[in-house]
Amino acid sequence: MRWAIALAFAGALAAPAQNVSWERILNSDKEPGNWLTYSGNLLGHRYSKLAQINVSNANRLRPAWIHQIGEAHKFETSPIVVDGMMYITEPPGMVVALDLKTGRPVWTFKHPLPTDLRLCCGQPNRGVAVLGNLVYYGTLDARLIALDIKTGRKVWEVVMAEYKKGFSGTGAPLVVKDKVISGIAGGEFGVRGFIAAYDAKTGKEAWRFWTVPVPGEPGVETWGLESWKTGAATTWLTGAYDPETNLVIWGTGNPGPDWNGDVRPGDNLYSDCVIAVDADTGKLKWHFQFTPHDVWDWDAVQVPILAEGVVHGQKRKLLLWANRNGYYYVIDRVNGQFLHGKPFVKQTWSKGLDDKGRPIVIPGTAPSIDGTKVFPDIGGGTNWWSSSYSPQTNLYYVAARESGAIYYKGEADFKEGSLFNAGGARQIPDDRSGAIRALEPSTGNLAWEFKLLRTPGAGILTTAGGIAFTGTSEGDLIALDAKNGKLLWRFRTGGSVNSNAVTYLHEGKQQIAMTAGKGLFIFEVE
Amino acid sequence: MKPVIFVLILSMSAFPQEPEEQKPIEPLSKATADDLAKGKRIFAGHCAPCHGPAGNGGQGANLAQPRLARAPNDQSLFEVIKKGIPGTEMPTAWQMIDREIWQTAAFVKTLGQLPPEIVPGNASRGRALYFGKGSCQACHSIHAEGGKLGPELSEIGIRRSAAHLRQSILEPEADFAERFLFLRVVTRDGKSFTGVRLNEDTFSVQMMDTGENIRAFWKHELKQVEEMKGKSPMPSYKGTFTKDQIDDVVAFLVTLRGEK
Repeated sequence: MRWAIALAFAGALAAPAQNVSWERILNSDKEPGNWLTYSGNLLGHRYSKLAQINVSNANRLRPAWIHQIGEAHKFETSPIVVDGMMYITEPPGMVVALDLKTGRPVWTFKHPLPTDLRLCCGQPNRGVAVLGNLVYYGTLDARLIALDIKTGRKVWEVVMAEYKKGFSGTGAPLVVKDKVISGIAGGEFGVRGFIAAYDAKTGKEAWRFWTVPVPGEPGVETWGLESWKTGAATTWLTGAYDPETNLVIWGTGNPGPDWNGDVRPGDNLYSDCVIAVDADTGKLKWHFQFTPHDVWDWDAVQVPILAEGVVHGQKRKLLLWANRNGYYYVIDRVNGQFLHGKPFVKQTWSKGLDDKGRPIVIPGTAPSIDGTKVFPDIGGGTNWWSSSYSPQTNLYYVAARESGAIYYKGEADFKEGSLFNAGGARQIPDDRSGAIRALEPSTGNLAWEFKLLRTPGAGILTTAGGIAFTGTSEGDLIALDAKNGKLLWRFRTGGSVNSNAVTYLHEGKQQIAMTAGKGLFIFEVE
Repeated sequence: MKPVIFVLILSMSAFPQEPEEQKPIEPLSKATADDLAKGKRIFAGHCAPCHGPAGNGGQGANLAQPRLARAPNDQSLFEVIKKGIPGTEMPTAWQMIDREIWQTAAFVKTLGQLPPEIVPGNASRGRALYFGKGSCQACHSIHAEGGKLGPELSEIGIRRSAAHLRQSILEPEADFAERFLFLRVVTRDGKSFTGVRLNEDTFSVQMMDTGENIRAFWKHELKQVEEMKGKSPMPSYKGTFTKDQIDDVVAFLVTLRGEK
């Protein structure tokens, strides 16, 4: 009897649900106290309606607590927050549930990784997804794992692809309806890219869209010399979902091999594209290719931002995209039609975009045996870190890199599971810098910029408090006035910032969370 | 007791740790003329900017010597190129496939087979000039003795070729390392400081002034930050030393190889 009373009492006190229905995710803008999906909402905005932390009190932001990881890998996670709990991934293969009140882990799940992983660029992971009472994440050995949200116990595990062929999982999955959708990494190993949807309850594969066509499929003619066999076009970040059209919108990466296009004549579809597939069937509805026949390694692996706006005098449903190739694009998100494009950083490889959005490439800018100087560098004008769209200011925010490289062309011998590169690039040490830029969404015109000494590696969160929150590669977390770029607050963390911030309420008080170095920093106003 | 044993066995069988793939590389001596030509080309693009076109040092170490401190054998040379040297500016070669790394390593190895440079001059006379007429120790230190503003010279004979050292004495600005960027800052209340930049980020700058004081500033405290890019505080010794004396100083510097 005493037990029953105690249990009933405990239930009345806490009652945190940690049960995330699809309706909650679909309407995540209505509960800004939580952060239920990678970008805050399905439209990729990374914007919060919370305004407790605002331009007049941001200078009083102080750390509430800090969570440290044990590994030296880049800490790129974007936390998910559900009813008093925070769920993060820790490199190289862990998921940790943190109690928001105390900052202490309540459970930890560690996936054992083989020692012969096939990775090009470190061992990052960018976060989890949630649905119902499960937490989902991808692993470096290309598995998708579902964990119980309260205990961290494994509920199911599926092999998305064979890691020994060069596949790996690094991006956070995206939940759409009753499915978990995941991309895949491995673009430097000549794999065949895809995005796939899995039944959220069982892990059974529901559909798969291959980003490189095989003979008999449309697009294979864009791969000369049978180069579709090693086409890559991987999908190593999180996409967006448009409820109005039921389309999953996702970016794809470089064609294989990098830097030598001679061995793969043609446009190389669907590399460096944004693809829109039906959320229920995985059937391709439209695509737009940013960099046809890419020879610089400019993956279109950025988070799509879906918004509304007036372009050429007409109200349209838009897809906004600052691309690694240095251009900012405005695309019709219903049909993929190119509407407008403009460079947002220095670029020297093209004269501009034609009326279909195809770049007019300047002859002699491809990598060469003796080296070709081109802006941007391999890292691009921006990279995987999130841009943000604020409906409050109606501005698009991007962390921009100003940097060039000497690109070299080499030769590649394909061997399954081995690095498949054909050349490389060397950065030019002088003349490198960065900036946080606010663009007018319909035109790409610069509204303001905040200059950084070095190229950034972190994304941007904007809020209804009028703040743009980000970090520098030198180790500062910063809050800018989203209207004009004025610096409001700065905190020296001592570690490079390689992640995206999120915000939520803890016991009614707004907090901001962002990783820097080996720490996850939680801030609130004193 | 039993459950513990059971768990241990389970964990060992369920999580097999495969042995790390660390295949020994083919001996670099097996490189063909074609391999060496490819290695040379890669070297010219990726390595020469720091190690010099002939590999005899610059911002990076002098590789034109029979034994490399960080890479005493074929395998370690391959590994250093592949994985870089953490904590230094030597990057990983993640973009290169193993064959390219192997070709580059084979070429680097040939650099050390060149006949040693003949250095005219007398090292002990050079030593006297270094500490006497040249006053080099005002800015440079050897085994922690001497000035702190300029580059440390205890291992300069390993890091630089004689030709590079000669050029640095005659034309200090010809190849000036970014690490020793000379700065002039002016504070809002009008104080001016010059010195070597120690660090800088978007919001702050740290320097050692010409009096060897470490000074740090928030940029908002400063009216002006002047970067003297390509300028060196080191004077040219063209008019100070005779040609023979320069030979002597170079001969002395070449003997500085880390050992006391």
